[in-house]
Amino acid sequence: MRETMEALIPTIGVVTDVRVDTPDVKTFRVNSLDGGIPFDHMPGQCAMLSIPGVGEAMFSITSSPTNKEYKEFSIKKCGCLTDWLHQMEVGQQITIRGPYGHAFPVDTEFVGKDLLFIAGGIGLAPLHSVINYCRHYRDRYGSIDIVYGSRSKDDLVDYQEILNEWCTEEGINVYLTIDRPQEGWDGHVGFVPNYVKELNFDVNKTAVICGPPIMIKFTLAGLQELGFEKTQVYTTMELRMKCGIGKCGRCNIGDKYVCKDGPVFRCDQLDELPNEY
Amino acid sequence: MMMYKINVDRLPELYAKMAESRALYLPIEKNDQVEFHPWNADACVRLDKLNTAKSAKDLFFPQTENLMKFKMQGKNISIEENRDPVEPFVLFGVRACDVRSFDVLDKVFLADPVDTFYQSRRENGVVISMACHEPEETCFCHAFGIDAADPAGDISCWMVEGTLYWKPLTEKGQALTETVSALMEQAGDQDQAKVEESQKALHAVMEKLPLYDLDLTGFDGDHLLEKFNSEKWAKLSEACLGCGSCTFVCPTCQCYDIRDYDNGHGVQRYRCWDSCMYSDFTMMAHGTPRKTQLEKFRQRFMHKLVYFPSNNDGMYSCVGCGRCLTKCPISMNIVKVIKALGGENHA
Ligand code: SF4
Ligand code: SF4
Ligand code: FES
Repeated sequence: MRETMEALIPTIGVVTDVRVDTPDVKTFRVNSLDGGIPFDHMPGQCAMLSIPGVGEAMFSITSSPTNKEYKEFSIKKCGCLTDWLHQMEVGQQITIRGPYGHAFPVDTEFVGKDLLFIAGGIGLAPLHSVINYCRHYRDRYGSIDIVYGSRSKDDLVDYQEILNEWCTEEGINVYLTIDRPQEGWDGHVGFVPNYVKELNFDVNKTAVICGPPIMIKFTLAGLQELGFEKTQVYTTMELRMKCGIGKCGRCNIGDKYVCKDGPVFRCDQLDELPNEY
Repeated sequence: MMMYKINVDRLPELYAKMAESRALYLPIEKNDQVEFHPWNADACVRLDKLNTAKSAKDLFFPQTENLMKFKMQGKNISIEENRDPVEPFVLFGVRACDVRSFDVLDKVFLADPVDTFYQSRRENGVVISMACHEPEETCFCHAFGIDAADPAGDISCWMVEGTLYWKPLTEKGQALTETVSALMEQAGDQDQAKVEESQKALHAVMEKLPLYDLDLTGFDGDHLLEKFNSEKWAKLSEACLGCGSCTFVCPTCQCYDIRDYDNGHGVQRYRCWDSCMYSDFTMMAHGTPRKTQLEKFRQRFMHKLVYFPSNNDGMYSCVGCGRCLTKCPISMNIVKVIKALGGENHA
């Protein structure tokens, strides 16, 4: 499809659906111009999206690789490019290149394991892909537990899909929580790290944490209190990126480049890196 | 391969011959500053000048270059590749340190996925190096195993007593040599001896330079966190202005930015040099992980002396050219960092 071999040159994608998830998160469906998908990816990988003249930035791919019809990106409005993206309507073209980075080890380390997914806020975006991948290949994995929290009920991304599909599936336990009590919410109230400790998970699970750095930090500490080792816990890292291919120097931390060596890291690997994230 | 020689008075003929078929870049003085510029008959060539103010990396990794152009029409976008054309060129008079810097850049840009912009310039460029004769007190290429008397490249040159000696080292160098060999004489054993003598003389000078024995022990790609957490960074970075001069003159600094420019008829996407010393380098919507100049300063030197070697079989991302020693407005530099953090008992 692409004539150039140059990694920095994107292809054109077209927005085929826009879904309002929360007051500041929208999910965009993207197809290539011929109606197909721009590339194949693995859960946890990212892509560079851009509106020429506005900017280019890295976003995690929210849809599962098993979805061969389109790619989805859940994007939080938080600055110049994302503001612009939030104004897009169906039919808008954007540029897209990727996929970039290392995926979750869904076909290796995760196989045969009981999985525990923990997300805070927009941190569900990268997890959405891996959760749906594991649901698709359900018999490869043990039990699946999902803990997901947000500021309020309205800030839960993909709430309908979670209720209608994840919560109703056998062998999947979903635990939702919001930070403060709210009318119309009879579920759990409290921060994710505390909730994880309360739930007192079995320590033989493999865990994945995604969310704001502070939430990751406290949740990891909580898991360690329960007896989890860092080698059982995975997370994703977010740094500023420009090239996506380990050359522009932007996302360098220690001897790693988050764009190509990450964004997925096992928590014990993070101990070997400078604390600059 | 055979060595050739030519009298220094006939160099303009040599330049003219080479410039017939391709662009020829030489250290040329303009407004009291020597930089690699395209040669013409009136140019003030300064082969004697030790190091150009900026490095030669511009020729392979230009300060700004076009990547592609976008046309926007309503909701539609089209991409037009409009890379700056690359024509064959010769880069003459590169010192041993700068020649090594191309190997460092290769590690970054030619690693998978290859940067085809850089690659086509590397393929189109012939590098003619020049042995040093009067190294300066700021030179410390020796610390990185570089021999200023025996520079690499496609062709190596030595200037001895009014004669330029010319020795092709690669096929590319040999091919260029064949186009100009009619102007030169073949060098004999005596000439070879003269070159060797000049090399010995240079070694004797080098050994007396203040930074000749600069010791890189302890910078072995290991001890990453120990070095990172050293308390010495605070003092070292205290006065750093974050001006980025050190990164711009450095032959091995390769960080870049990608930007868009809307000229009303379309959007030009280009890349340009960037600097880890700048405050917005890692700035994101919710802040930056490198908040103070200490963190930015530390990143530059940790990258050159620890991270890069750890990923590249021990190759440092510094070639000891000394440019950052002379250009930093606060006289801070990599040598001071090496001395403060190096040695057996690391940080
Ligand atoms: S760090 Fe300084 S001495 Fe080393 S290559 Fe760069 S400019 Fe030259
Ligand atoms: S080390 Fe010196 S040249 Fe480099 S940014 Fe700091 S003040 Fe500028
Ligand atoms: S984004 Fe350029 S090195 Fe990672």
